Amino acid sequence: MGNKDKSQSVIKRKDLQALFDSLIKKGYSTYGPCVQDGAVVYDRIESVSELPIGWTDRQDNGNYRLTKTKEKRLFGFVVGPHTWKKYLYPSESKLWEAKRSGHEFEIVAEVNQPYKQAFIGVRPCELQALAIQDKAFLEGEFTDVSYLQRRQNVFIVAVNCVQPGGTCFCSSMKTGPKASGGFDLALTEVVEPNKHYFVVEAGSSAGVKILKEIPGKAAGEKEVLAAKKALRKASSKMGRRLDTDGLEKLLFKHIDHPHWNEISSRCLTCGNCTMVCPTCFCGNIEDVTDLTGQTAERRRKWDTCFSVDFSYIHGGSIRSGETARYRQWMMHKLAYWPEQFGTFGCVGCGRCITWCPVGIDITEEAGVFKREG
Amino acid sequence: MATAQQNKKMVKGGPAYPMLVRPYAIRRISRETYDTFTYELTPPRGSGGVSFAPGQFNMLYVYGVGEVPISISGDPAKPQALVHTARIVGAVTKGIKRLKVGDSLGVRGPYGSSWPVEEAVGRDVVLVTGGIGLAPLRPVIYYLLINREKYGRIVLLYGARTPEDMLYTGELERWRGRFDLDVRVTVDRATGSWRGNVAVVTQLIKPAPFDPMHCIALVCGPEIMMRFTILDLEKRGVDYDRIYVSVERNMKCGIGLCGHCQLGPTFVCKDGPVYRYSDIRTIFTKREV
Repeated sequence: MGNKDKSQSVIKRKDLQALFDSLIKKGYSTYGPCVQDGAVVYDRIESVSELPIGWTDRQDNGNYRLTKTKEKRLFGFVVGPHTWKKYLYPSESKLWEAKRSGHEFEIVAEVNQPYKQAFIGVRPCELQALAIQDKAFLEGEFTDVSYLQRRQNVFIVAVNCVQPGGTCFCSSMKTGPKASGGFDLALTEVVEPNKHYFVVEAGSSAGVKILKEIPGKAAGEKEVLAAKKALRKASSKMGRRLDTDGLEKLLFKHIDHPHWNEISSRCLTCGNCTMVCPTCFCGNIEDVTDLTGQTAERRRKWDTCFSVDFSYIHGGSIRSGETARYRQWMMHKLAYWPEQFGTFGCVGCGRCITWCPVGIDITEEAGVFKREG
Repeated sequence: MATAQQNKKMVKGGPAYPMLVRPYAIRRISRETYDTFTYELTPPRGSGGVSFAPGQFNMLYVYGVGEVPISISGDPAKPQALVHTARIVGAVTKGIKRLKVGDSLGVRGPYGSSWPVEEAVGRDVVLVTGGIGLAPLRPVIYYLLINREKYGRIVLLYGARTPEDMLYTGELERWRGRFDLDVRVTVDRATGSWRGNVAVVTQLIKPAPFDPMHCIALVCGPEIMMRFTILDLEKRGVDYDRIYVSVERNMKCGIGLCGHCQLGPTFVCKDGPVYRYSDIRTIFTKREV
């Protein structure tokens, strides 16, 4: 994604469908937010009308509600329980198949045709989450080929956040509310009396190309300023805050602190936080056979460090206690990740706070250690 | 997710994918103890053996059952014969136990870090091992014996639960007969005609003949045994940065992608299994990390 075109354009609300149409014409499968079962989720969508028009989300510890607003915003909500990782690292996928003949077997790799997926409505925190998963899957000694096959052709339409959610803290993690890179196009939605438009920035040559096919004009000073103002206001409206200064060292220092027990006395170790987390990459490998035993498969599934099995070796689990399992998750995000990948494993999206059934708040708990000093 | 499914097509071969296993044929099975067996494997037709460094492991796959990380216990100078010693404790190793000579066993690897045989040049080498922990150290012993003149005194301290639990007894006897190798063996519980030491392996450290200021210690065994070994090595004056340990954790991928084997900020599959003790001391001494 080279060739940055810093100049911005304006696309009117009524012309946004052209973006979907161009992408579809170019052979992309388009995915975006839509309302399902009372939540904004990501699914295959092909038109603006399928977006959660006029919906907004209220989020708090263990709490998520959608409500209608008078404004007919297309992106007037933040993030729901889904993450884009489900299209790059599916919750379950087949890696290979083995065929048995006599005492021997032969392995046949699962090869995927090149994917051409377009994600519409990727939030700045989610862009950083993609970058973090790229590090885990692509930048180590071994490349995760199935991730690479899905990742390499993705077209990303980011949407900057002008209305942060109740559990958002991207400002603290320095991942938002404005996208700084990792997108092909980035939109900022502006709604004014009798005016509804998007200020668009291209982040790649592919983005520039697509932009040319959509009716629009160069952004004027007024429009650029309106978008800027909305984003500046957003930074101060974050529902949560996390002071990350020296946090990594502090957590190591307090690794035996009794507060871990206090947190785990509330934690149900259900693993919800890991399922909704856009950076969690841990997976399990399952080897299975069909009923005849002639064909075996290797499958990969999302796994969670909250399960007892996760750390099982003969004789027992390494992290058998709830305290150790919660500590592993939070320490991984905020203390181990920086050593492993040079960045926090948390992007400040707030999903783990919202979708925790008992409302455990990572910013609050990390804050306790922070106050200990 | 519709498109992803539609676009899938099975193609033979495919790109080099690190999760693919290669079927090796079992050439020989030897019984070490009542629950531990050594398997000699031959590479698939038309391909050579894969060279490895002492201390590395392979992922071994039993058709349809699953995969486990097992250290390589053979001679690094003879990579054409892949040798693994496995204790039969879980579903996959029980699957291995059911295999016979000629059957296929899937192999991926070798993975992970290795014992510091270069750093040890010119020094005494102390190997402290318990139970099945001798298997990951056997390649080092082969290596040290081939390059014997490069090293000072070599001391092997080996503890097993009972005489019946001892691995490689024939080899141990041969090694004990050598003048350039000091082999000391002990059991926790004596049975039958045992006339040797009865003590935990850590008790062999104090009287062992090595220069604590000028040695490298390689430790492999159950975690509790390694902790106490380190205490006794420290008492003798061996610095933490000259002690190496081999750590065991749950592993699903072996290549740093699945997250299961994390030990603090490290991945045992790629940063380990062999660690310089001083690098992980603060984490290794914590419970349930």
